[in-house]
Amino acid sequence: MTSVAPEHASPSPHDPMTLSPASQAPVWDDAANERERRRARVRKVASRGVLYVTATFFALFAALPFAWMVLTVFKTNTDLYNPNQNPFLYNEPPTLANITYLFENTEYATFVRNTLIVSVLVVIVTLIGAVPAAYSLSRLAGKWGEGLGIAIFLVYLVPPTLLFIPLSRVVAELGIRNTWWAMVVVYPTFTIPFCTWLLMGFFKSIPRDIEEQAMIDGYSRLEAIWRTVLPVSIPGLLTVVVFSFALTMHEFVYALAFVTSSDQKTISIGVTTELIRGDVFFWQSLMAAAALVAIPMALLYNVFLDRFISGFTLGAVKG
Amino acid sequence: MAVVEVRDLSKRFDGVNAVDGIDLASTDGEFLVLLGPSGCGKTTLLRMIGGLEPPTEGDILIGGRVVTDLPPRARQIAMVFQSYALYPHMTVYNNIAFPLKAAKLPRAEQEKRVQWAAGILGIDGLLQRKPRQLSGGQRQRVALARALVREPTVFLLDEPLSNLDAQRRASARDELQGFQRRVGTTTIYVTHDQVEAMGMGDRIAVMDQGRIRQVGTPHEIYDDPADTFVATFLGSPPMNLVPADGGRELLGFRPEHFVPWKAAMGDEWIRFPYHVHRTEYLGAERLLYGEIGEASAVARFPANADIAVEIGSTSDFAVRRADLKRFHPETGLRLDRPGNGRRA
Ligand SMILES: Nc1ncnc2c1ncn2[C@@H]1O[C@H](COP(=O)(O)OP(=O)(O)OP(=O)(O)O)[C@@H](O)[C@H]1O
Ligand SMILES: [Mg+2]
Repeated sequence: MTSVAPEHASPSPHDPMTLSPASQAPVWDDAANERERRRARVRKVASRGVLYVTATFFALFAALPFAWMVLTVFKTNTDLYNPNQNPFLYNEPPTLANITYLFENTEYATFVRNTLIVSVLVVIVTLIGAVPAAYSLSRLAGKWGEGLGIAIFLVYLVPPTLLFIPLSRVVAELGIRNTWWAMVVVYPTFTIPFCTWLLMGFFKSIPRDIEEQAMIDGYSRLEAIWRTVLPVSIPGLLTVVVFSFALTMHEFVYALAFVTSSDQKTISIGVTTELIRGDVFFWQSLMAAAALVAIPMALLYNVFLDRFISGFTLGAVKG
Repeated sequence: MAVVEVRDLSKRFDGVNAVDGIDLASTDGEFLVLLGPSGCGKTTLLRMIGGLEPPTEGDILIGGRVVTDLPPRARQIAMVFQSYALYPHMTVYNNIAFPLKAAKLPRAEQEKRVQWAAGILGIDGLLQRKPRQLSGGQRQRVALARALVREPTVFLLDEPLSNLDAQRRASARDELQGFQRRVGTTTIYVTHDQVEAMGMGDRIAVMDQGRIRQVGTPHEIYDDPADTFVATFLGSPPMNLVPADGGRELLGFRPEHFVPWKAAMGDEWIRFPYHVHRTEYLGAERLLYGEIGEASAVARFPANADIAVEIGSTSDFAVRRADLKRFHPETGLRLDRPGNGRRA
């Protein structure tokens, strides 16, 4: 009879420290380490250098159109059209005449106003349409949701040049032909599908627990969405706002097809139709028209949006 | 405070009976644990009580009122999710105050209650933080404070400790139970951890495949299991089951009741020839693994007990007759227990 008490293993003879011969013990080679350190330093400086060169190149590449635009705005005709001069310098004194021309001989202020009104309305309509659609598809539609979401996204891929024929009927029937209302009606037909699909992804990434908890805590489903899902998806909502806004700012085909009177035009068609007369391009005024909206927009996106988004995403990640 | 009752409650998910005709009633102020293996329908049952999942059949009563068709907000319950479900965009203070805002309490009253709940759970110092700046244990307390703050009629807790490491879990268990005793609110607590269930529950409802197998105090569940499922789900190692009487019944006994024949004194003992093939030393106790005939059986002793058994040998072991349970070999139901064959 042996006891079932556990055997105590005797200390193992395989002790690596005593077994390895002294000759194989690691040697601390100071010179080699110093070489390694120096090499690492060089590599760091080199990679930094490459980084800066690349960054500078792309920054210039991106900034060049803006620079060219701004440069052109203040040039006189004789300066701009003389091929024998350095095109990157002012060979004649800069002038404000082109900007004055823009405001006095075209309805530029009206274009800007129309653009802003249409943009804001499109953003609002898009949010009203896409948020509930995306929410229901991501939360309520079950396994149909995914397929429907993709189907909706496919709608976005139909080219506008195909769609504007049927849509012009719709616009005519609604009696809004030749008004900026046409754009308010038409643009959401492609902002809503895209934004629905985009927001579905956002809503899916938000744990259901949070809104269920809100419902337990005494809120209705709508209140729960309003107070928990939407605040947490602010980055997604901002993306939708930016997308719809930017699209309205640059859309050309529909605007050109549906609007002909000057006082209803947006910037993108207004300046191109009024400042290109036959084969005469009013380059400086065209550039001025573009620069006056592009630069504030660029500043807005760059400076504020990043902060806005990072401010709101702070703490929005789960876990 | 209130009694929660479910009557013949079922939930089907495309053909699967997640919850299958459950009858269960809590008593007022009790700590009732729902215990069962993964996928047995605990969460589904809890969500139906909370109003997050509409039942396919049956009724739910809270405080004697039928609430089956009422939305969650009308049920006056608080729930703590496994994930804690803190609102990531709100400070701890606003998280805790969120149910009070729904109830439209005046601001001063909200502040008072938040401070009170935060005080009870020891998180006064964290009120201005965001959830992501908290540790797992702190998050759990914020979730509890939020549950506590509007003085609900019932607490529903779904594995609230499963996100904590083993050490924190032990102390959290302690805190949670102490907290429930102090506030005295009826609590339904879901877990698949039998240690949690045994340690915290006033009563335990053991679930399997959408049904309740047995409801009882930890003592009853452990010492007097209603069937082989309960007998083998609780205890580690679980109850031994040995065919007897020509296969017409199963004899069940706990490993700690299985001792060498020589050590059996007094009372009435039943003798088994036990073949031991392995032993395990676990610090505080020692386990023997072996067979009685074809059936495997485990014996458990305190590590300091002086038991001498030869590995690979067969010797006589015994169980007190009083510690033997008899089960039906097919249905698994107890044969020697009044009330067997009925759903608990
Ligand atoms: N929304 C759902 N749709 C389909 N089936 C579901 C759904 N929710 C749960 N089920 C199924 O119902 C059964 C019970 O699930 P439930 O979540 O209640 O189990 P549980 O006991 O909480 O398990 P665990 O301990 O793993 O949390 C499982 O088989 C699960 O797959
Ligand atoms: Mg669960």
